Amino acid sequence: METIFTPFASFGGGMLIGLGAVLLMLGLGRIMGATGIMSGLVFPENASEFSWRLALVAGMIVAPGLIYAVTGTMPAIDVPVSPLMIVVGGVIVGLGASLGSGCTSGHGVCGLSRLSVRSLVAVPTFMATAAITVFIIRHVIGG
Amino acid sequence: MKLFHTFLTGLVFGVGIAISGMMNPAKVLNFFDIAGTWDPSLAFVMGGALVVTFIGYRLVWRRKAPLFAARFQIPTSTVIDGKLIGGSALFGVGWGIAGFCPGAAIPALGTGRWEVVLFLGAVAVGLALARILQGKPLFSRSAKA
Repeated sequence: METIFTPFASFGGGMLIGLGAVLLMLGLGRIMGATGIMSGLVFPENASEFSWRLALVAGMIVAPGLIYAVTGTMPAIDVPVSPLMIVVGGVIVGLGASLGSGCTSGHGVCGLSRLSVRSLVAVPTFMATAAITVFIIRHVIGG
Repeated sequence: MKLFHTFLTGLVFGVGIAISGMMNPAKVLNFFDIAGTWDPSLAFVMGGALVVTFIGYRLVWRRKAPLFAARFQIPTSTVIDGKLIGGSALFGVGWGIAGFCPGAAIPALGTGRWEVVLFLGAVAVGLALARILQGKPLFSRSAKA
């Protein structure tokens, strides 16, 4: 399905994503890596590491409701893939982000802005394999 | 105060994710579909986020310490190994299959959509698999707080 090109909303939203990452560094001195934050909630190591992650995630989860309260519509979620593909993709995302020590937020936003050598390798790698995967699914196998 | 600041931080991040289009798999997958229904919006998301973090991080690091912690905890490793490259490659494959990534899906939980719950449940299974592969215990019982 086609989606509308939204350069201004995407740039502005991106700036808020960046602001969130900066605020986390200012408050707790931590990297805003979603996979690490989720991992700390699902496999908690200790109480103090758990509580800030819970507060952060609670704030994130409230966000769509706030947008609904202000605009009257929920953020769009159109899922053009089957439930099976959501599960397969999700397991691979969790495995890969854990082994690769980061995902779009940790390596992509935080790592690149720090000029981390590991992130400068990781981001082009996952961007390339994501593009290859979409190409194979949509244009080789056919969708 | 610390947890309230952290809550607001999550709220800012989540609103950004929602406005940017990152929580919409159709948009994410179209970003990667250059040969088809290409939507370059997500490059603008990354651009906006990097402008703010690139400058903002450097302003924050002028402080001796964060507001609510003793020190900054920033990864220092520069090791480029098969785990980093293979893991990142796998992550991209999964992202390209599902169209969700964790940072987009966590705020998307607030929409109440079952697809998001299904995805994050699957991610948790993947995280568990990674721990098993690396010989880490699934649940540690350390008491240090």
